[in-house]
Amino acid sequence: MPHRQNRLGRIALRWGLYILLGLFALYYLMPLFVMVTTSLKSLEEIRTGSLVALPRDVTFEPWRTAWAHACTGIQCEGLRPYFWNSVMLAVPAVAISTLLGAINGYVVAQWRFKGANIIFSLMLFGCFIPFQVVLLPMARVLGMLGLAGSISGLVFVHVIYGIGFTTLFFRNYYVNIPVELVKAAKVDGAGFFRIFWAIFLPLSLPIIVVTVIWQFTQIWNDFLFGVSFSQAGTQPITVALNNIVNSTTGVKEYNVDMAAAIIAALPTLLVYVVAGKYFIRGLTAGSVKG
Amino acid sequence: MIEWLERQLPKIVLAPSFFAVLVFVYGFIVWTGWVSLTRSRLLPKYDIVGTIQYDRLFVSPRWDTAMFNLAVFGALFIIISMLLGLLLAILLDQRIRTEGVIRTIYLYPMALSMIVTGTAWKWILNPGLGIEAMVKGWGFENFSFRWLVDPDMAIYTVVIAGVWQASGFVMALFLAGLRSVDEEIIKAAQIDGIPTWRIYSAIIIPSMAPIFLSAFIVLAHLAIKAFDLVIALTGGGPGYSTDLPATYMYAMAFSRGDIGQAAASAMVMMLVVFAIVVPYLYSELRAKND
Amino acid sequence: MKFTTYIKASVVASFLVSGAAIAGPEAEVLHWWTSGGEAKSVAVLQQEFADNGGTWTDMPVAGGGGDAAMTALRARVLSGNAPTAVQLKGPAIQEWYEEGVLADISAVAEAQNWAGLLPASIAGHMMCEGTWCAAPVNVHRIDWIWANASVLEANGITMPTTWDEFNAAADKLAAAGITPLAHGGQAWQDATVFEAVALGIGGADFFRKAFVELDEATLTSDTMVAVFDQMRKMRGYVDDNFSGRDWNLATAMVMNGEAGFQIMGDWAKGEFLAAGKVPGEDFLCQSTPGDGFLYNVDSFAMFAVDGDDKQAGQALLAELIMGQNFQKVFNLNKGSIPARIDVSLDEFDICAHISSADMAASNEGGSLLPSYAHGMALRGAQSGAITDVVTAHFNSDMSSADAVAQLAAAVKNSM
Repeated sequence: MPHRQNRLGRIALRWGLYILLGLFALYYLMPLFVMVTTSLKSLEEIRTGSLVALPRDVTFEPWRTAWAHACTGIQCEGLRPYFWNSVMLAVPAVAISTLLGAINGYVVAQWRFKGANIIFSLMLFGCFIPFQVVLLPMARVLGMLGLAGSISGLVFVHVIYGIGFTTLFFRNYYVNIPVELVKAAKVDGAGFFRIFWAIFLPLSLPIIVVTVIWQFTQIWNDFLFGVSFSQAGTQPITVALNNIVNSTTGVKEYNVDMAAAIIAALPTLLVYVVAGKYFIRGLTAGSVKG
Repeated sequence: MIEWLERQLPKIVLAPSFFAVLVFVYGFIVWTGWVSLTRSRLLPKYDIVGTIQYDRLFVSPRWDTAMFNLAVFGALFIIISMLLGLLLAILLDQRIRTEGVIRTIYLYPMALSMIVTGTAWKWILNPGLGIEAMVKGWGFENFSFRWLVDPDMAIYTVVIAGVWQASGFVMALFLAGLRSVDEEIIKAAQIDGIPTWRIYSAIIIPSMAPIFLSAFIVLAHLAIKAFDLVIALTGGGPGYSTDLPATYMYAMAFSRGDIGQAAASAMVMMLVVFAIVVPYLYSELRAKND
Repeated sequence: MKFTTYIKASVVASFLVSGAAIAGPEAEVLHWWTSGGEAKSVAVLQQEFADNGGTWTDMPVAGGGGDAAMTALRARVLSGNAPTAVQLKGPAIQEWYEEGVLADISAVAEAQNWAGLLPASIAGHMMCEGTWCAAPVNVHRIDWIWANASVLEANGITMPTTWDEFNAAADKLAAAGITPLAHGGQAWQDATVFEAVALGIGGADFFRKAFVELDEATLTSDTMVAVFDQMRKMRGYVDDNFSGRDWNLATAMVMNGEAGFQIMGDWAKGEFLAAGKVPGEDFLCQSTPGDGFLYNVDSFAMFAVDGDDKQAGQALLAELIMGQNFQKVFNLNKGSIPARIDVSLDEFDICAHISSADMAASNEGGSLLPSYAHGMALRGAQSGAITDVVTAHFNSDMSSADAVAQLAAAVKNSM
């Protein structure tokens, strides 16, 4: 009965597939498992028990502490105050860099002029500059611009070093849109901005999602710029997280550390879960096809 | 006049971004090059003394280790992330019912800051606390997994954690690519009785060449900037066996007050980036102009 | 450097008039004390500052024993937006002074007679070309050896006073299946053990010549070879999983009886106390074998800033940091001892009493020495170069002779 064998084989294959996917899922979930279980243990249990085991008594105290009471310095107000700094920083930085990337990508892909490719390559190469290199000269520039220590200064820095990637994303997306579209619109008398506004932007939802996710992840998780270009009152959440986690000679509270890390990552996690579907769709729509 | 302005509009729109990149990327590279020729210590100085910083750099055994590690880490990280990303994308493309959940699981590591996931990985990979202890606890007394504490193998644990973080993103890129392959072609091939693996290897994968390049750019960018990963997982140890150029540069510039040396290492790093990225850009943009 | 000389001049000038309190004193303080106990310790200072009418703006940056804070500091100084006061220590103070960005707090220091209140070698760290430029907060001792009392008793071991005794004790523990030395394989921890061994085997003069003066003959001497030999032995006393372990997990091993000893600065005491252990009963503290005292003094340096209120803040801060009350309360919290020698130690525990007595004795005997591993003895480039070799030796099978040769080469290359 070859037909039946075939079906059995297919079921086995199917099972194998799910098991394989499940095994990989375990690999990806392992650190999260460690983080979550540790965040639910008491310090006493961490000190005496195995670090990678389920909690004996579940406690949510570390989460409360991380959000509202952990010391990030003299103030022991947890991550809460810094959370808003990060929001105020990430939202405009993501918005501006995405908009600039869109319009740059539009120019590079659709309004080719002599040298456009060279300009694009130069901008793309900018993605690769190690951020440690730019810290000191950037500090000088921010000082001269009067933006030192301010959130606007941080927004400025993130926009500058985000342009490369956002331009890349939009350019690769727009390059697949037929040039005839622009030509036809021009014949109809539409100008540069009108074509962008009325034709390209409405087509761009998927790639906007991709760019926003990428930029939001990068900016929200940034520590180096955040620590260097902020001052008291403008420090982003990663700096606070670092202050909770990375003290050298203090007593370490791993449960609070882990809870704080998860809290700090919640906005990005949320973005991934909510926008994940659109993410794939956006990429599918052609953003990554050269 | 207005007509001229109209024609120049695309260039005018692009100009601010281009100018910003010129100053904040290329200007800063020139600045770094200048400082690398000085004896700058705590803060940058501008009196040129020659190539002494490069002489110091090239006799430093720690720098040798860092460059060697970059080669090992970079190659393995990029290759494994790509292969794993492709494999997962193909598996997920088999009409998996729980795709949304699994995809999110594979993708979430990108959302977390390495500052703390590094601690989780450190525990998992530590022979006394993590996997080795767990498997031994199941009764397999001879099981051994101690890369983290072996100076010759520790760099591979950095690869493990790096792949964990980035491969989900690559999977998303490939999944998008698979979804955008023309269904008709695949159906036609299926009707002709071509086996599934042949369809993938001969039709689908070759059509995704641009995605490989995009994935390569994203991964190369992450590899060269890998910093948090090493700091959080191994701290560069055992000894300095997992040092990377980015951590070397940071240590010189900020913990050791040796900015001239840091600038020299940055310049060498930038040359490496240049050697990798320029061929990519060349091939990518030449293809476009055809 | 017109910019910096301008700042220097203006600050020196304005400091002279800032003795009298103007408006409200203000201070933005950059420090890396962020964990619970540490933060509480600094909060004492903030409270006193506020009680005197000051406004304290907190700018904490933890990580890497101050590395991240130093990164932020450089960016702040270059952007012309320096914090008012910064946690700085060791030769870094003089390095920043040479960049022309520090303020002079001699007025306060002389009014309070700091020179008479501090041990001479510690006072030396607070001075830049004859003027006072930093205020000391505490004295951490580095060369401590901690032990689990019951483990030692069960194996018939007393606290070792020579390295031979230590080796004998360690062999005994190893035979009993206990890890002799709890250690975390991070570069700074390797360096901590190394300098304790170097001080014990080579003595104070050797230590000074090697790690303060960087004398090449001493760096390549037979004594240094012996130090590395002992380090190789120490490596044998450490369990296999030590790489990258945080120091507090190593302390926990001593607490749990998994390990016998740990060599670590006196912040380890805080970890024992937090777990409810009693010094002298549950755990023992003693200086590592050999004579001498390696100190790590935390201090605050004032940066040149504009504005009378900020300069008044700096003066007030300096005054309060050296105040008896702050020195006492802070160090009770932190596990260290006061930098001022006239603070009553009644409320301190037995380890602090040992530390204080040893500091006084070492000060007399000339063996009160700065810790190289904690950035007190050398500038970052040199101490970093030494640590590279120490940690490379400890984590490989490099021979002592090779290590010594690399040490000399690395120090030379770091100049």
